[in-house]
Amino acid sequence: METFPVRVTVNGEAHEAEVEPRMLLVHLIRDELRLTGTHIGCDTTHCGACTVLLDGKPTKSCTVLAVQADGADIGTVEGLAGADGMHALQEGFWEKHGLQCGFCTPGMLMTGAALLEANPNPSEAEIREAISGNLCRCTGYVNIVKAVQYAADKMGAAAAETANAATDGEDS
Amino acid sequence: MIPAQFEYHAPAEVEDAVDLLVELDDAKVMSGGQSLLPMMKLRLASPAHIIDLRHIPGLDAIEERDGFLRIGALVTETQLEESAAVAERYPILLDTARVIADPLVRNRATVCGNIAHGDPANDHPATMLALRARVVATGPDGERTIDIDDFFHGLFMTALGEDEILTEIQVPVPPAGSGGAYVKLERKVGDYAVAGVAVQLTLDGEGKVTQAGVGLTNLGFAPIRATAAEETLLGADFVPAGGLRGAIERVRDAITKAPGADEVIAAAAQAAADMTEPVEDRRGSVEYKRNMARVLTARAIRQALARAGAGG
Ligand SMILES: Cc1cc2nc3c(=O)[nH]c(=O)nc-3n(C[C@H](O)[C@H](O)[C@H](O)COP(=O)(O)OP(=O)(O)OC[C@H]3O[C@@H](n4cnc5c(N)ncnc54)[C@H](O)[C@@H]3O)c2cc1C
Ligand code: FES
Ligand code: FES
Repeated sequence: METFPVRVTVNGEAHEAEVEPRMLLVHLIRDELRLTGTHIGCDTTHCGACTVLLDGKPTKSCTVLAVQADGADIGTVEGLAGADGMHALQEGFWEKHGLQCGFCTPGMLMTGAALLEANPNPSEAEIREAISGNLCRCTGYVNIVKAVQYAADKMGAAAAETANAATDGEDS
Repeated sequence: MIPAQFEYHAPAEVEDAVDLLVELDDAKVMSGGQSLLPMMKLRLASPAHIIDLRHIPGLDAIEERDGFLRIGALVTETQLEESAAVAERYPILLDTARVIADPLVRNRATVCGNIAHGDPANDHPATMLALRARVVATGPDGERTIDIDDFFHGLFMTALGEDEILTEIQVPVPPAGSGGAYVKLERKVGDYAVAGVAVQLTLDGEGKVTQAGVGLTNLGFAPIRATAAEETLLGADFVPAGGLRGAIERVRDAITKAPGADEVIAAAAQAAADMTEPVEDRRGSVEYKRNMARVLTARAIRQALARAGAGG
């Protein structure tokens, strides 16, 4: 079987692999790149445990071929935390008890991160709509919504502070 | 679950894709892959060749031109949801996109794939029937236009030839005084419809229905155009005095007060239900589905009327 070279950037790092056309993106990420934070839950495009950011868009990586990701910029849960510690969303899930078994959490985090990128101040309805393709069998979603709200508040406050600092700088 | 082996082709032009379809045995086109890949993983489909359209430039445009809203083969449901033209003049398309699958699937699933798949459970076929859309198919002899009424032949069967690609859907720009709605009953987010109803209406200045389109989802072996319901609606008078050009509230008020309006809506809803051929499954019995078709048709008509009035 013919294989194809695939070049992807994952969490800012360039990777290359030779793949069979039938290899799914989630297997490239988990088995070839050994980034096992991205989970496989249902394998039938229902649960969202496999959600990654594909060129910024939350996508079920069990339903994309690895060859189709050639040249793409991919974000996985391993790339969320920065040099200065956890992402505000990760902190939110911690603080608000947004997980129990944690199996759905990487997918929830990636969908949540994309939501906050597009809409920094989402309503509860908007959060629920955004995560409607991510199933959680433990929490009942209430605390997941709270966790996203926590992150929105924290990121909003941080952004306001940066803006203030910038204006202060201009004044002096 | 991993699909069976296949060869992968990523043509850069529509012509090349058509050539591959002509040349290769057992080849399938892939656009969003959100129906095809799940089927391949379950081995319900095991094509020998996949022809991926995603590298063909120019297929991802959605624009109004020459009297049609043109939806290219790679336009995703998310793009439809984000389009200003759709929000303004085609609320029925927005209704439809929003109840398809879930936001993650919609980031890849295409509108044209939803039609090409030929699944009566898909939501866009009913909407396109109500909107009187046309489908552009590109094959070895070039392009041809297929009326949506001639497109759906049955379960997973369409008018597309084996060597044709659906390259565009064309939706006529609705005249002034138009409004439409898609109403779907689903058990949960991401589920296919128990029943779904699309209604698109155009009213003249006096509130008389001059165009009516009614499409039904998952109520038979193919998407159904409820012509009997359309005939009941055509010519009906929904706003007796004062015309249409008012706030939504006033129009709603007028609709409910127009003599005979409730009876017309009820008759159209019943006519739609009578045209359904649902099968009993996990989503309900035949009687239940037929009754839901009636209830949802009435709701969709009222919503379409309210929107038709709000336009002016
Ligand atoms: C969890 C889940 C829930 C879903 N829920 C719904 C729902 O509620 N309502 C709904 O309507 N849909 C639903 N879908 C289906 C989804 O909307 C599909 O993506 C869509 O039906 C097909 O679009 P696609 O672009 O993914 O097509 P693909 O999967 O790429 O293709 C589907 C079929 O159409 C053919 N095809 C695709 N594009 C073309 C083309 N341009 N020319 C010729 N042939 C073509 C392919 O060969 C294939 O046979 C759901 C899917 C999933 C995974
Ligand atoms: S593993 Fe991909 S959606 Fe469940
Ligand atoms: S925390 Fe267990 S599935 Fe969500």
